Amino acid sequence: MTETESQSPGEQEAWTTWDTPSERWLLSGYTRDRRERKILLELAARILFPTVLVFSLYLLFAGHEHTGGGFSGGLVAGQAFVLRYLAGGRMDSSSTVSLQPPVLIGVGLTIATFISLVPLAFGGTVLESAIYTFTVPMLGQIKIVTSLFLDIGVYLLILGVVLDLLRTLGSAIEADVAAVERR
Amino acid sequence: MLALVVSHLLVALALPWVAARNTRAAFTVAALPPAAALVWTLGHAGAVLGGQEIVESLAWAPRLGLEITFRLDPLALLMTVLVSGIGVLVLLYCPGYFGPGSADGRRSAPLLLAFAGVMLGLVLADDLLLVYVFWELTTICSFLLVGQSGISREQRRSAMQALVVTIFGGLVMLLGFVVLGEAAGTYRISELVADPPGGGAMAAAAVLILIGAFTKSAQLPFHNWLPAAMVAPTPVSAYLHAASMVKAGVFLVARLTPVFAGVVAWPVLTAVFGLLTMIVAGWRALHEYDLKILLAYGTVSQLGFVMVLVGAGTHTGAVAGTAMLLAHGLFKSALFLVVGIVDHEAGSRDIRELSGLGRRLPWLVVIAVPAAASMAGLPPTLGFLGKEAAFEVFLHGGAGQAAIAAGLVLGSVFTVGYSARLLWGAFANKPGIPATAAHAPGAGLLLPAAVPALAGVVLGVVYPAVDELSAAYAAVFEAGTDPYHLALWHGLNLALLCSLIALAGGLVVHAARTPITRVRGRLVNPLNAQRAYERSMALLERVAVGVTGRVQAGSLPTYLGIILLTVLAVSGTALLTRSTPIEQFRAWDRILQVPLAIAILIAVAGVVRARRRLTAVLLVGVIGYGIGGIFIIDGAPDLALTQFLVETLTLVAFVFVLRRLPVRFTQSDPAPGLRWVKMLIAVGGGVFMAFASMIFSSARQTPSGVSEQYIARAEQGAGATNVVNAIIVDFRAFDTIGEISVLAVAATGVASLILTSRHERRRRRGSLPITERSAADESAAPGNAGAAGPIRPGTGEDPQGRDPRQEEVRE
Repeated sequence: MTETESQSPGEQEAWTTWDTPSERWLLSGYTRDRRERKILLELAARILFPTVLVFSLYLLFAGHEHTGGGFSGGLVAGQAFVLRYLAGGRMDSSSTVSLQPPVLIGVGLTIATFISLVPLAFGGTVLESAIYTFTVPMLGQIKIVTSLFLDIGVYLLILGVVLDLLRTLGSAIEADVAAVERR
Repeated sequence: MLALVVSHLLVALALPWVAARNTRAAFTVAALPPAAALVWTLGHAGAVLGGQEIVESLAWAPRLGLEITFRLDPLALLMTVLVSGIGVLVLLYCPGYFGPGSADGRRSAPLLLAFAGVMLGLVLADDLLLVYVFWELTTICSFLLVGQSGISREQRRSAMQALVVTIFGGLVMLLGFVVLGEAAGTYRISELVADPPGGGAMAAAAVLILIGAFTKSAQLPFHNWLPAAMVAPTPVSAYLHAASMVKAGVFLVARLTPVFAGVVAWPVLTAVFGLLTMIVAGWRALHEYDLKILLAYGTVSQLGFVMVLVGAGTHTGAVAGTAMLLAHGLFKSALFLVVGIVDHEAGSRDIRELSGLGRRLPWLVVIAVPAAASMAGLPPTLGFLGKEAAFEVFLHGGAGQAAIAAGLVLGSVFTVGYSARLLWGAFANKPGIPATAAHAPGAGLLLPAAVPALAGVVLGVVYPAVDELSAAYAAVFEAGTDPYHLALWHGLNLALLCSLIALAGGLVVHAARTPITRVRGRLVNPLNAQRAYERSMALLERVAVGVTGRVQAGSLPTYLGIILLTVLAVSGTALLTRSTPIEQFRAWDRILQVPLAIAILIAVAGVVRARRRLTAVLLVGVIGYGIGGIFIIDGAPDLALTQFLVETLTLVAFVFVLRRLPVRFTQSDPAPGLRWVKMLIAVGGGVFMAFASMIFSSARQTPSGVSEQYIARAEQGAGATNVVNAIIVDFRAFDTIGEISVLAVAATGVASLILTSRHERRRRRGSLPITERSAADESAAPGNAGAAGPIRPGTGEDPQGRDPRQEEVRE
């Protein structure tokens, strides 16, 4: 829906839809039907989406010392996409970044499994973890525990599961409802 | 040896890329690993025959006592020569048969090589469990090779039958292996042979293992999968279903006969079933018109023959068995390849259509005749040596032995009969049938067929070589004062007479083929293995449908009721009978818990009273957040965070699903009494949970030792100051891996269920004009919702909502 189209003269706005946005607020090529658009929701989604994603990354990395971890991080990231879906609709085919949920799930599981087997190559046991500490100028001392990678796998997998949920229960049912209405 | 097996599999993995570009190159590359295996084995043949054994061992799972052990002994040597030698020939024959760019060829090249690899592993394995692993891998290769593209119904059915029958046998055999291994305390075959265990369990193990061997080697009553498997391309049949895979059962019996020397049932069962198989399948082969099916029944018959010999457990039996094993592998693969050439060049393998091919394809006759002669047991072929030895096994015993010998002679009569029928059917001039047109086959097809046919004759002439091999294997058995040796001429004796009877009888049977077939047509056939297989499969399906229909009622209240009742019956009884006292009962720990609890209770009451689904879902959310609040008060921020996030997600999932459901709960209970039942179950479940949680939480007064260790070691061992996280990703990371695997499977399953129902609907409106359909696809919305079914709510959110909670419980 382009700008010119929606502002064409002669089109009388109903009072229920006077506040529907006419611009593309979301990065996706697809926007909801005009009746369903809410400017506040779209603005909030636009602003919050990256912020929530960053927060989810913080949770992922902070897990070792503070509250958080791959599981909560993944859920938060997933909920960023939930918000994005609620505001913008359909996630499956037209998102700017095409994330295939099954691929994410698979990648997550692969990373987690692979990481658990890596210690074998160095003569350790499955799932053994190692701690590396090194100093980076400006940032100071940084500690990396190899189990962080397991957490990253969990993060990706949970994100994939949430996206799968959006794809199936979200978009699929939405399409069904739309089909019923059209009939 | 491990390197040889692995190299087969690695090359097979890379082969699809080659095959996609050039099938001829692919088959040539595929022939390299078996050729290497053959060369390596022959290089060690001298040492092995000299009594040396080459053993390689690699720890597989040391804590379970599993190891990958390969051993090259005389029997393994014989089988390796067959498996790798015939493998090379078949792979070289394939490009000519499949033709460039054929899809079957592209598919078969890697599969055949993978099969050669696992078969090599099977014959070299010295560990029963390793044998089982390779055994099942060959079954899977066979399934894929028989099924090919799976386009035709026949392909699918035959592949399925081969798979079901042999997997069934394999599983039974695994039971036998476990019984045997546990009775002996070792799974190493060489140790079992050196020191056979005794006891009653051995008879059970013998029967179980024999069932496995019988299914794999297509013995009665499991034999029918083998003729059915002839839908596979002929090179595949030649390799898997004549030379190597079906030999696995016989090979296993040969391997384990020394172990079961003390079990009476072993030689009896092999003799009875082997002999029956030999005669029945030989009789069937006499009447087949399809050359390939004829050969298949011939294979079944010969496998029965070898089964009788290797199961006998005597020195002579072992000599005869190994000679026949080698002879059969050679002549049967040659004949299959010949039939493949006939099929390829003349376009038919039906006896009633072929005529006069002998004159058109003289070279093929030159190959086929010695192979068929070996099958019929004519001197100076290897088949003759084997058959002479076989008669010798049973000619010097009591009445039972004599009966077996008579059976073998009858079976051999049939063998000669169908050998003649094969040659006549493929090459003879038949009056009344126009001469068949045929192209001249290239050397690429003829040579691989000629080598084994020729080898059968050469090995018959230089019989001391085979005799050395056979005697090396037979050395396990008591030789007696005058051990039997393979030779072309033993003087005028009973065995030679038997051979003569078989030959003469077979020729008579062939000459009288028309009246015999007529007689067979009149015989009633009360037992039909194929029908029995189909009936049992149909029965299995009916039972499955019936059980599923009963168990999967499709009603969520019923499932929930059953689950709750089970919990009440099992855990509730335990709770009542143990009556652990509730200690240190306190109304609350912190005063903040009280308002939260009140809020939760109000929400609970609201859920029970709610009429609208959305209201109920939101109130359930309130309960969840309330519990999260209690976690915060108790000082568990990680738990609370997860609880909030999961609660939010569950809520969202619920709302998604509610769009497709009626706004209000349905109020139409079929019977008013049912309402009370439901209420009772619900109250019972609630009361149980309340008491259970009180008892559980009062069960532990001090932190457990494990928790202390977790806290003490989190910083040092896991590099984490957050103990919860240390537990998840380090101390109990194995659990985490398991849980995310479950989550992945559950999510994928649910997603495919939902998407499948959509896909079905989309397919059903496939009759739409193309433009409309593509437009509909663009908007990704189904145009016709006439077929739209409800999406079941329960399946959708469960894995999302529940699995995370398991995580919490663990924390």
